[in-house]
Amino acid sequence: MHDVLNAFMLLSNFLIVPATAYGSQLALGALGVTLVYGILRFSNFAHGDTMAFGTMSVILVTSVFQSMGIGIDPLPTALLAIPFGILATTAMVLISDRLVYRHQRKVRAAPVVFLISSIGLMFVLNGLVRFVIGTGDQRFSDGERFIIRFGEFKKLTGLDEGIAFKTSQGLTIVTAIIVVAALFWFLDRTRAGKSMRAYSDNEDLALLSGINPERVVMITWILSATLATIAGTLYGLDKGFKPFTYFQLLLPIFAAAIVGGLGNPLGAIAGGFVIAFSEVTVTYAYKKFLTYLVPESWAPEGLVQLLSTDYKFAVSFVILVLVLLFKPTGIFAGKSV
Amino acid sequence: MSFLIGQSMTGGYGGADILNDCTIAVERGEIAVIVGPNGAGKSTAMKALFGMLTIREGAVQLEGQDITHLTPQDRVALGMGFVPQTNNVFTSMSVEENLEMGAFLRKDDFRATIEQVFDLFPILKEKRKQPAGQLSGGQRQQVAVGRALMTQPKVLMLDEPTAGVSPIVMDELFDRIIEIARTGIAILMVEQNARQALNIADKGYVLVQGSNRFTDTGEALMANPEVRRTFLGGK
Repeated sequence: MHDVLNAFMLLSNFLIVPATAYGSQLALGALGVTLVYGILRFSNFAHGDTMAFGTMSVILVTSVFQSMGIGIDPLPTALLAIPFGILATTAMVLISDRLVYRHQRKVRAAPVVFLISSIGLMFVLNGLVRFVIGTGDQRFSDGERFIIRFGEFKKLTGLDEGIAFKTSQGLTIVTAIIVVAALFWFLDRTRAGKSMRAYSDNEDLALLSGINPERVVMITWILSATLATIAGTLYGLDKGFKPFTYFQLLLPIFAAAIVGGLGNPLGAIAGGFVIAFSEVTVTYAYKKFLTYLVPESWAPEGLVQLLSTDYKFAVSFVILVLVLLFKPTGIFAGKSV
Repeated sequence: MSFLIGQSMTGGYGGADILNDCTIAVERGEIAVIVGPNGAGKSTAMKALFGMLTIREGAVQLEGQDITHLTPQDRVALGMGFVPQTNNVFTSMSVEENLEMGAFLRKDDFRATIEQVFDLFPILKEKRKQPAGQLSGGQRQQVAVGRALMTQPKVLMLDEPTAGVSPIVMDELFDRIIEIARTGIAILMVEQNARQALNIADKGYVLVQGSNRFTDTGEALMANPEVRRTFLGGK
C-alpha cells in the first residue's frame, strides 16, 4: 500500500503537476491563436513571438518595480507588471494590424497571404525582442518559490516520495482558470463577445446585422495580445524566458489549437492539455515508478522512457499529423484547415 | 412616388449586365413579388435594391431619399431588412442570440421586439435556447425572418424564403408574411414558387433576362393567359 502511494506521489510530482501547469500555458496560448483564426481566418504564426514580446515587456517593467522596491511578496512581482505588459503588447499588435493586416483586409487577400505576412511579422518581432533583451536566459521570478516543499511534504506524510508544488505552477493553474472563465463570460454574455461569435460564425450576416468588422477585429487583437502576454509570463515564471524557446512554443500551441478544432475556444483548452500530457507522459522515465509497483526481481533495468526529452517536439508533430489525417476539424468540430 | 423604388436599374457583377433597365417598387403594407425563370436576375434585382451590387445606371430611392450609393449596412440603419436565401442564421448561436444580433444596431431596449417575434413565430420561443443550426429548415427560415425584423424595418426583403421547405411549412410562412405586411411593413420577395407567391402578392413583377416583362397585381398576373402559359406551367 505504501509503495502504491509512493508511486502515485512520484507520478504526481514529475508528471501530473508539471503537465497540468504546462497544459494551462499551452491552452492560454492556443486560445489566442484560435480566436484570431476564428475572426481573421488565418493562422497567426507571430503568436509565439507576441508571447515573447509580452513577456519581455513584463520582465522590463518587473525590473523597474524591483529597483523601486515595489513588490507583492510572497507572490512574484511580475504579476504586478502583467497589466503594463498587456498594454504594451496590445499597442504593438494593434500597430502591426494597422501596418500589415488592415491593408490585406482591404484588398480582401487570400488567407495564405495573411499567413505569410504573419510569418514576416514573426521574424520582425523575433529580432526586436532579441535586440531589446538579448538571446540569453532570463529568470525573473521572485517571492516565495514553493507552495509545498518536497522535504516538508515527505515529513508530513512520512512517505519516501513527496510532491513539490512550485508557486509558478500554482499561479499558472489559478490564473488560467480565472482568465478562461473571464474569456468565456465575455464571449457568452457581452454584446461585444456575441458580436465576435456572430462574425466568426457568418461574416456576411454579421455585416447585414450592422456589426462593424473593424471593431470586432480590434477586440480580437486585444484579447489575443492579453492572452499571449499572460501565457508567456506564466511560462516564463515557470521555466524561464528565452526568446528561442518562445519561438519553439509555436508548434505545441498550434498543435493544441488544431487538435481542439481551430476557431473553437473550448477545443483550444482541451487541446492544450492533450498536447501537454502526451508530451510529458511520453518523455517521462518510468523506472522508479515501476520499481515501486512490481516485485523487486521484476524491477526494470533501463529507464523505461519512450522518448528522450530532446524529442518532445516530435510528440506535438505526430499528434498534429494524426489529427490532420484523420479528423482535420479537431476534437471539437472547428473549421477544417 | 413609391416607398422603395429601384428605377431603371442596369448593372451586374462586373462582367456583362444582368439587369437591363429593370424597375421594382413596393409600397408600405404591400407585398411585392418578383418571379421569373431561372437566371432572370430576380435575386440580382433584389441585391441591387439592397446595395449588394453596384448599378451602372438607374437609382434606388427610399421614402424619396436617394440611397443608390449607400452600403447595405447604411441601408439597414435606414430601415431596410434583408433575409438572404442561404446562410441566413448564425448556426452556432442560440435562437435568442440570433435575434439579439439582429438588433445589434439598436441602442434602446429591444425585449419587446423579441416578444413580438416570438408571438409571430411561437415555435421560436420554445426553442429560444437552442442553437439555430439544430433547427429544421422551416424553423431556420423563421429565425432568419425574425432576425431581420429585430431592427423594426420599414421594408423587409426576402430572397426565396420558402426554398427547400415543405409545402405545409411554405403556406405557414406565407401566412406569417401576410401578417407582417399588415403591420405596415413593405415586403418584397423573390420566389421560386411563383403560383403560390402571386396568390398573396399585391403586386407582381415578372422578370425575363433582367428586364421587366409583366408588371401587374398578383391577381391580374395569375389571370393573364400568357403569364400562365409561359411562367406558371400552363392551365
